[in-house]
Amino acid sequence: MASVSIIPSGDYKTSYGSDTTIFPTKTSRNFAILGVVLLLACPAFMDRYWLSLLIQIGYLGIAALGLNILVGFTGQISIGHSAFFGFGAFASAWLSNSLGVPVALAIPLAGVVTTLVGLLFGMPAARLKGLYLAIATLAAQYILQDFFARADWFTGGTAGTIAEPLTIFGFAFDTDERFFYVALVALVVMYILATNLMRTRDGRALVAVRDHYLSAEIMGINLTKYRTMSFGISAFYAGIGGALYAHYLQFVSVEGFTILFSIQFLGMIIIGGLGSIMGTLMGTAFMVFLPEAMQALTKLVSGTALDTALNLKDNIAFLREMSIGLVIILFLVFEPDGLAHRWKQIKAYWKLYPFSH
Amino acid sequence: MTLLFQLLVNGLIVGALYGVVAMSFVLIYKASRIVNFAQGEFLLIGAWTCWWLLTHWQLPFWIGFPITLAFMLAFGVILQIVVLRPMIGEPIISVIMVTIGLSIVFQAAMKWMFGVFAKPFPQIFASPTVNLFGLEVQTVYVMSLLISILIMAGFGWFFKYSRVGLAMRATAFDQQVAQSLGISVRHMFAMSWAISAMVSAVAGVTVGVVNGVSSALSFFGIKVFPAVILGGLDSVIGAVVGGLIVGVLENLAHYLDSQWLNWGNMYEIAPFYVLIAILMIKPYGLFGTKDIERV
Repeated sequence: MASVSIIPSGDYKTSYGSDTTIFPTKTSRNFAILGVVLLLACPAFMDRYWLSLLIQIGYLGIAALGLNILVGFTGQISIGHSAFFGFGAFASAWLSNSLGVPVALAIPLAGVVTTLVGLLFGMPAARLKGLYLAIATLAAQYILQDFFARADWFTGGTAGTIAEPLTIFGFAFDTDERFFYVALVALVVMYILATNLMRTRDGRALVAVRDHYLSAEIMGINLTKYRTMSFGISAFYAGIGGALYAHYLQFVSVEGFTILFSIQFLGMIIIGGLGSIMGTLMGTAFMVFLPEAMQALTKLVSGTALDTALNLKDNIAFLREMSIGLVIILFLVFEPDGLAHRWKQIKAYWKLYPFSH
Repeated sequence: MTLLFQLLVNGLIVGALYGVVAMSFVLIYKASRIVNFAQGEFLLIGAWTCWWLLTHWQLPFWIGFPITLAFMLAFGVILQIVVLRPMIGEPIISVIMVTIGLSIVFQAAMKWMFGVFAKPFPQIFASPTVNLFGLEVQTVYVMSLLISILIMAGFGWFFKYSRVGLAMRATAFDQQVAQSLGISVRHMFAMSWAISAMVSAVAGVTVGVVNGVSSALSFFGIKVFPAVILGGLDSVIGAVVGGLIVGVLENLAHYLDSQWLNWGNMYEIAPFYVLIAILMIKPYGLFGTKDIERV
């Protein structure tokens, strides 16, 4: 995986081939396969609450990965990711409702449509970078949000739109237990695609654009092409994630895709680690569990003096909002490389135990 | 026709306020190269503080307002020292995200403390409207225009003649050179945040008096982006001009919309279309310095 700022000691590579494998060691590959197998068994013993959280991690993780390809790997900032996520959700619902496209086909098609929209807004991205791009995507967020509220034919206006459940050969994935497998398969496929992208010439070009775009240009990398491309890829991932979200909840409302949601996506990749694919998943899980943790915390202190003084029960929404902002700030100040970096250090520590350092 | 004229006057008044907020945004950007996404929350905090002093403690305006300013000064300095100073030298995404994080935290905290509904300021002026050139204009609007002009003139004087202002400009121009001339760059950074927070609070109180205080105030911080991009990110004059243009423009868009187009909500969204257009054509704005990058 790219963007290893500091390679921990004990990490020896002797060929370029071994540097670009999907899994660094056989053990890690086996563990990943074991993890997926364990997840496959999850619906058998988990209740619906935990399953719904895991499904959330699934579709949000896919969208967050798209953002990480854009921000973490290409170094282009986007504050409008939730708008693309929303566009994917509406596009998929619209394709299956109005054009009669089967849902299984509508989800990837929604990804493609969102890619086109992403490329449209990515055109300024080809010319801009850093701060200017951040502001341009902020504008895109508001413009798309306004479009959702206004385009009745597409989004159903304020009433929202209903999305059909995913059905393959007459088998409807309409319960949490069933949809869990859809989310899992989509997640695994999308993550393997992204990992492979980063092993190709295009992936390395994206990283080069991030690290030093002038040098990259001198080496013959077409800046415009790769900046626009990474915007397109990110929109594609957001679209797929959004489409899964739509067909999981079977209802999409226009209010959900606010700037706060966009910031949550950014929070996921910052907490997980910019430019780390596994980190994206960790960050997403963190962000999904954070509000639940806040809820649990509130329950824990309920009835005490603290609870009555702050009136926690009625203000839980604000507490959640604040915790998102606080976690982002704390991570940036104390652990800017995210959970992925911390995880790597822990692994390195045990690898060399008891002779670390 | 009267409607158009009224809208233009409104646009100028609101635009002047945008200009003031944009100026305080540019001040931070110029001094410390930090893009402050929490600028709108400065307005919000200032307005709520003043409101709280005026209603909860029943202070008269002329005592409550200076206390608010003093509080915002301390707030700006502390914020800079505690949160922003560790971010010096970090990549731009981290800095942007920290200010975004701050904006979320402040917004949620303000909603928590003061509720989500707009609350009106106590009456400050005896007569609610005055007659200006045959137009009925609210007194607070006139006051806000006067305050805006006063702040702008103050900024002009500050940066042109005062010692601190000159030191700040030197810091903005080149930090190392400024440091070698005995200017404390740390003080300048803290000062720029303090001034920015104070000026934003003035704008926040003004808007609060007009519309009532609510979390909608923080949207000013977002509306500032079209203004500063139009004027050029590092130009104080550009910020004022950009603010005025955006203020007039959104009212014009509203007029066009209500008369002919009926698309709805153009008042809110038109500046963002303009923003994208400017970024495509002239990213460094009307008065901004064009970055020339050398390898």
